[in-house]
Amino acid sequence: MAITREQVLHVARLARLRIPEGEVEAVQAQLGAILDAVSKVSELDLAGAEPTSHPLDLVNTWDEDISRPSLPREEALANAPDPAENAFRVPSAG
Amino acid sequence: MTWEPVIGLEIHVQLKTRTKMFCRCANVWGEDPNTRTCPVCLAHPGVLPVPNRRAIEWTVKLGLALGCEVAPRAVFARKNYFYPDLPKGYQISQYEQPLCGPGRFVVPGPAGDHEIGIVRAHLEEDAAKTIHVGGAAGRIHGAETSLVDFNRGGTPLVEIVSEPDLRSAEQAKRFLQLLRQTVVELGISDAEMEKGSLRCDANVSVRRAGEAGYRTKTELKNMNSFTFVARGIEAEVERQIATYEAGGEVVQETLHFDPQTGSITPLRSKEEADDYRYFPEPDLVPVAPPAELVASLAAAIPELPGARIRRLEQEIGFDLAEGLVTSGRDRLYERVEGDRRAVANVIMNQLAGAGVDTERVDPAELGRLIEARERMPRTVFDEAIGRAAEPGFSAAPYLEQQAVSDAGELEPAISAVLAAHPDQVAAYRGGKDGLLGFFVGQVMKATGGKANARVVSELVRERLGA
Amino acid sequence: MTLDTLRLTAEETAGLIERREVSPRELTGAYMRAIDERDGELHAYLHVAGEIGPGVPIAIKDCITTSGVPTTAGSRILQGYVPVFDSTVFARCRAMGLPLIGKSNMDEFAMGSSTENSAYGPSRNPWDPERVPGGSSGGSAAAVAGGLAPWALGSDTGGSIKQPAALCGLVGLRPTYGTVSRYGVIAFASSLDQVGPITRTVRDNAWLYSIIAGRDPLDSTTVDLPEQVRVPTAESLNGLRVGVPRELNEAEGIEPGVTASVQRAIALAEELGAEVGEVSLPRSVEYGLACYYLIAPAEASSNLARYDGVRYGYRAEAPADLLDLYERTRWEGFGAESRRRILLGTYALSAGYYDAFYGQAQKVRTLIGQEFAAAFERYDLLVSPTSPTVAFRIGEKAENPLAMYLSDVLTIPPNMAGLPGLNIPCGLSEGLPVGLQLIGPQFSENLLFAAGHALERAIGFDPVPERLR
Ligand SMILES: [Mg+2]
Ligand SMILES: [Zn+2]
Repeated sequence: MAITREQVLHVARLARLRIPEGEVEAVQAQLGAILDAVSKVSELDLAGAEPTSHPLDLVNTWDEDISRPSLPREEALANAPDPAENAFRVPSAG
Repeated sequence: MTWEPVIGLEIHVQLKTRTKMFCRCANVWGEDPNTRTCPVCLAHPGVLPVPNRRAIEWTVKLGLALGCEVAPRAVFARKNYFYPDLPKGYQISQYEQPLCGPGRFVVPGPAGDHEIGIVRAHLEEDAAKTIHVGGAAGRIHGAETSLVDFNRGGTPLVEIVSEPDLRSAEQAKRFLQLLRQTVVELGISDAEMEKGSLRCDANVSVRRAGEAGYRTKTELKNMNSFTFVARGIEAEVERQIATYEAGGEVVQETLHFDPQTGSITPLRSKEEADDYRYFPEPDLVPVAPPAELVASLAAAIPELPGARIRRLEQEIGFDLAEGLVTSGRDRLYERVEGDRRAVANVIMNQLAGAGVDTERVDPAELGRLIEARERMPRTVFDEAIGRAAEPGFSAAPYLEQQAVSDAGELEPAISAVLAAHPDQVAAYRGGKDGLLGFFVGQVMKATGGKANARVVSELVRERLGA
Repeated sequence: MTLDTLRLTAEETAGLIERREVSPRELTGAYMRAIDERDGELHAYLHVAGEIGPGVPIAIKDCITTSGVPTTAGSRILQGYVPVFDSTVFARCRAMGLPLIGKSNMDEFAMGSSTENSAYGPSRNPWDPERVPGGSSGGSAAAVAGGLAPWALGSDTGGSIKQPAALCGLVGLRPTYGTVSRYGVIAFASSLDQVGPITRTVRDNAWLYSIIAGRDPLDSTTVDLPEQVRVPTAESLNGLRVGVPRELNEAEGIEPGVTASVQRAIALAEELGAEVGEVSLPRSVEYGLACYYLIAPAEASSNLARYDGVRYGYRAEAPADLLDLYERTRWEGFGAESRRRILLGTYALSAGYYDAFYGQAQKVRTLIGQEFAAAFERYDLLVSPTSPTVAFRIGEKAENPLAMYLSDVLTIPPNMAGLPGLNIPCGLSEGLPVGLQLIGPQFSENLLFAAGHALERAIGFDPVPERLR
């Protein structure tokens, strides 16, 4: 199962990972090899089978609408790489 | 050849639960930035969502009010994309199995009912608020940095998607207003467009009358008032028609309507096509609303605004009925005794015009005022209306100020008005009955509003010998 | 008194504390000395806390949040991150008075089978420091086997408790999915991740499991245990029906020494009264690995999206704009294996591939569950090797992801079905521990503990690495 260079770059963009120019081919080769191995799942004809997204068959776990204390703002911002004006600062979309 | 607009709306309603959708931070508005957050709504490593039961129940209730089927099993899904206001890198929403499935919402119009198809109503979490600083205010481009405030992040939203069943901007506005009133009456949201607790995007396309299928649609984003929704859609419909008539093609894009200039501009290019990689949220289990719960929620739904419009229409005509109901003023109307049309007119036109809070008006006192309004000088009546919501308001002192009904006192003014408008007098005599109101108005003006309008009307009619 | 931290079980340690033969300070002191002595070589810990407390000290895998104590999940992207909240499992340990010795090393975000994928360097196997301790809970296993902790918590997605326990000669439980809270457990693959104990004895394991298990209102996917956890005393396996799944015992790549040890253990089980028979799980084993390497990376690609340099953790220097911030922070912050799985998972979920990959894998998962359910109609427990090999050399598989993935080929199938699995050591091959995997139906932990305890006594494995005796 081959994955093209364009597909690798598209997926990398979706995942917000910037592959350095020189490494694209290596990543492409590794992903190709893994995809080869995992495409084995498509050998099986499972048209009628239900998907399992969860090992236990649970429904309706929820919580009552009763508030609990929030974090003090200093704690909310304690790990922030660039706190400013009581908020999390980021560069704008270019 | 005429063109037919094809419009579908996508509406987000902010639920006024006490806490957020998946954590128990308070869901409140206007607090200092980042004071209503916790590890869950900041998406710290390892945290997990726990759904808000009330939000689920309210969504079911809203779905029922929209005529939707409540799904036997609903599944939360992750919608993956990167943005600073989305701390997990995905929004927990619903995708293939929404809580409320297809439905039909009846929107009464002057010429009959319109059934607007509802594709779905599902529950999701809101994004945080990003304030752009350093560049042109308010728009993303040109700003240098952004500040993110997570107070709103993770609060519950219901997303309602309509079928493309709307055929005019006016109809879209009417649908949205009725939907808003429905939400407000269910008590689940303030649904204020200006505050963003009700948000509306429109999918717009046009086609030739009689043409089957749909043409390319564009998406108009986030218009923050009913008027802007209507004007935005109108402008976009015109733009598309002009494009086709000039031999061009409409391209699928997301657009921004500027109400100041009336212009429409692309919001972002679609070169990087959306690929949200939806999949079932593994941190949550499905919601299977128990039948008894659905039944009890259904039983708790009051008479809905659409039905009330039809009921009141019999008494006061469509326009007044719709106006009263979608503004929520019919509650007062129902409690005021007296001539139905007069009551409706005063509440809809005069009370609303004076900015009076109808919730605070004493219906008995208002009824007394309306009953006596023709015997009162106009200025006195207007003043009374302006004060009707004040605490302890009484109609009595105003009722004592009777309007001038004495023919002898009124004759000079009537004569002066008729003498000043010979053309109108001639036209009236020629059959233009509608001018009667004009003469009455002029007399009222001449008497400083103190004349009894009904008496003036009779006297003018007598004088003009009809 | 001198404490032999290499040999003391948690149960014995608790006895010493209770009888006041050792003070909490002395106890922690003993572990700190052991750490001074051997952790330079083993690198079991990423952060040593050295807390003193009334209970039995514990090592906690670094993907489990501990308020005020650095938690990195072995990743550069979380360097310097200090949680402001406790995971539920750690809070439960705290409530029992268990002092934190330290945060143990792991493959970055639990992605790996050797602990070589830690951004902070590999841990080493106390039985042979040239070899890996397994992974991803390699630090926890190395700490316990090396006498740097009496017991530890690990986490298991594809085999990350069972396999390092096997490679280090320890007891490791991967609990039934949903019995242990994941709140505060840094997610790898949400539908598979479970926290469990790594200990020197089955009894210690049951005890620690009883502390951490049970429904947590902060984790919607947890349930109440159907019965209380029992610390086992069983000495026989009378009447126990033990199935030997052919494909799990004859898979390609199982070393002969591993097979020999496991077969001796199965023979012992028969001597203890078990009825042993064959069973088949054809598609679970053939398709399990492929299924896992679609589902786990898909969930991981989404779970790891939150590491974006905005609210905490690593941020790239001087980003030009938002996209630059995201793309460089994430490329520089994640290691090679994490990036690989994020890309793979993103691809498996992306438009046009979902049905063929993720959707299909979820259906395979249904099939695997059905095969195990059928096997449990005939048998109470299933047995197999835990790892096809004994501990391999550091660097041996580092350049070959697919070879590394095969380390979990025997632990993945039961994990896909949410089943509990217990590793107990069953002997040595080439001087290195071999692990036996006991697999039970959902919520059968008490049965696993009872059988594991009886077998453990019959096997008589010495958990102290030979070179340290
Ligand atoms: Mg939405
Ligand atoms: Zn919160």
